[in-house]
Amino acid sequence: MGSRASTLLRDEEIEEIKKETGFSHSQITRLYSRFTSLDKGENGTLSREDFQRIPELAINPLGDRIINAFFPEGEDQVNFRGFMRTLAHFRPIEDNEKSKDQNGPEPLNSRSNKLHFAFRLYDLDKDDKISRDELLQVLRMMVGVNISDEQLGSIADRTIQEADQDGDSAISFAEFVKVLEKVDVEQKMSIRFLH
Amino acid sequence: MEAVLGAFLQLLSAWFVLAFLLIVLPSVFGATLGISELYLRVLVKILEWATLRIEKGTRKLQKEKVKPSTSNVIIQRDQTTMEKAIAGLRCGDFELSDVFYFCKKGFEAIVEDEVTQRFTSEELVSWNLLTRTNVNFQYISLRLTVVWVIGVLVRYCFLLPLRITLATIGVLSIIVGTTLVGKLPNGETKDWLSDLVHLTCCRILVRALSGSIHYHNRENRPQRGGICVANHTSPIDVIILTNDGCYTMVGQSHGGVMGVIQRATVKASPHIWFERSEIKDRHLVTKRLREHIANKDKLPILIFPEGTCINNTSVMMFKKGSFEIGATIYPVAIKYDPQFGDAFWNSSKHNILSYLLRIMTSWAIVCHVWYLPPVTREEGEDAVQFANRVKSAIARQGGLTELPWDGGLKRAKVKETFKEKEQKIYSKMIIGNGTSSSGSEDLG
Repeated sequence: MGSRASTLLRDEEIEEIKKETGFSHSQITRLYSRFTSLDKGENGTLSREDFQRIPELAINPLGDRIINAFFPEGEDQVNFRGFMRTLAHFRPIEDNEKSKDQNGPEPLNSRSNKLHFAFRLYDLDKDDKISRDELLQVLRMMVGVNISDEQLGSIADRTIQEADQDGDSAISFAEFVKVLEKVDVEQKMSIRFLH
Repeated sequence: MEAVLGAFLQLLSAWFVLAFLLIVLPSVFGATLGISELYLRVLVKILEWATLRIEKGTRKLQKEKVKPSTSNVIIQRDQTTMEKAIAGLRCGDFELSDVFYFCKKGFEAIVEDEVTQRFTSEELVSWNLLTRTNVNFQYISLRLTVVWVIGVLVRYCFLLPLRITLATIGVLSIIVGTTLVGKLPNGETKDWLSDLVHLTCCRILVRALSGSIHYHNRENRPQRGGICVANHTSPIDVIILTNDGCYTMVGQSHGGVMGVIQRATVKASPHIWFERSEIKDRHLVTKRLREHIANKDKLPILIFPEGTCINNTSVMMFKKGSFEIGATIYPVAIKYDPQFGDAFWNSSKHNILSYLLRIMTSWAIVCHVWYLPPVTREEGEDAVQFANRVKSAIARQGGLTELPWDGGLKRAKVKETFKEKEQKIYSKMIIGNGTSSSGSEDLG
């Protein structure tokens, strides 16, 4: 992908992305033009700074964690393919996707993948557990300086207590899913993409 | 050889005489020969035809391929406020699902945000036969291509030289004219002549852009002792407005040709140019503006309170400075018709010369200028509220989207305080007892 940012997207690339992410042809081309306009370095990839330049994202308390989700471990550039793969988590679940295709891999926008995405925002060290510290970090990002350590600590304790079933004082993915059982994840973690 | 040179010189002088008789002379008297009106009418017809052609062509394409996007909106954003989205049925207390709201907001901003797209050229729904707009229009039909080629020839081989000639005449005469007027002793004659020079030169320059400007509600034109505020798209806003009346310009001193013009004009008319070091000094700026306003004989001041060029689809935050002074404000809305050429100056991408070249090789500059009724600060209203009120009025009149964001974000990063504001709202929700505050305040 490297140096061919300004050229148009090849058809086979679009096909591959379509298969992988479920986005439609016109959605992919439109998102590609968004991608290139964010790409200030014009090198076919986005850096963290490219994301931070979006003011509405920069004021988002979880902005840094969201940006992080685009970058695989240890990398600081993301190409269009990777960009689309992460975005795909927020594609709404369409009616024909609800009947699960047993053979194929689970689509990126499934309920479980959406939940997994949210889980990873908390689970910074990727040990598949949200520890008290990890939870506190996210809480602190969301509340800023407005709530005391003490108060925040008790919020974290209560949350873990409510979710924890195996008594390890941390929240596993299974426990996370259980807590959010009744939440309309499909709606809350979906963006209304136009055709 | 000499014969060729002689013929060339003759052609050149004929060209200048023609330009002078047909364009410069009418400019002095503010008259028009109706040539540009005719040109525009023909242009509109051609563009209408081209649009039909393109639609036909794409309909054919559609069968085998994909629907072309008619708009560039990718998503429909969720407008639910934080309180509604998170609090929902419960009041207070943190829940693990609260991050969903921030995630969704964040991703929406990544896919499509309100601010950064205003700093790039607006994309057109239909192609206007200029190469640079809408990259994704491809070969459609032979006839369309032929028309496009003719268009290129006309724009580059006829219009461009003519426009450069006019621009040169305009710029030279403003420099020479104002310098001469500057030699006169201060008084009514000087002011009158100064206005005449400014007006004439702007008329010539408007013609150099093939400008067709429609002024509305001229009874509200800015009066002496007031401040005229307008939305800002390009440096040519100044020419567009001065074409219909003189202003005192306020701005930063430049170098190069702009600097020469600034130094010449300031001799004839009391424009206020600040050095780069001075512009940061808000007290000094306000003081000099106040002094100017205090003298009711002086021309209205022209200010673009957005502080930067926006692509003419929205109005961004107005800096409060000009609204603190206490003068009568004359709001003006300027809306360019993007069909004939993109007036937006994307200063981070093009320097002023290549921008002018783009403008002069476009079809024309067609725009509407609305003079809004003058307003003054109401009792109990602070400068920020007053600025917002004027901004809304301009946005409404010009059909522009009103945004609370600061145009300065084009270059600078957003201030931490806005993130803190979000955090504050959220904190209140999880520890407070459901008391909600308004989530939408000024951002910038």
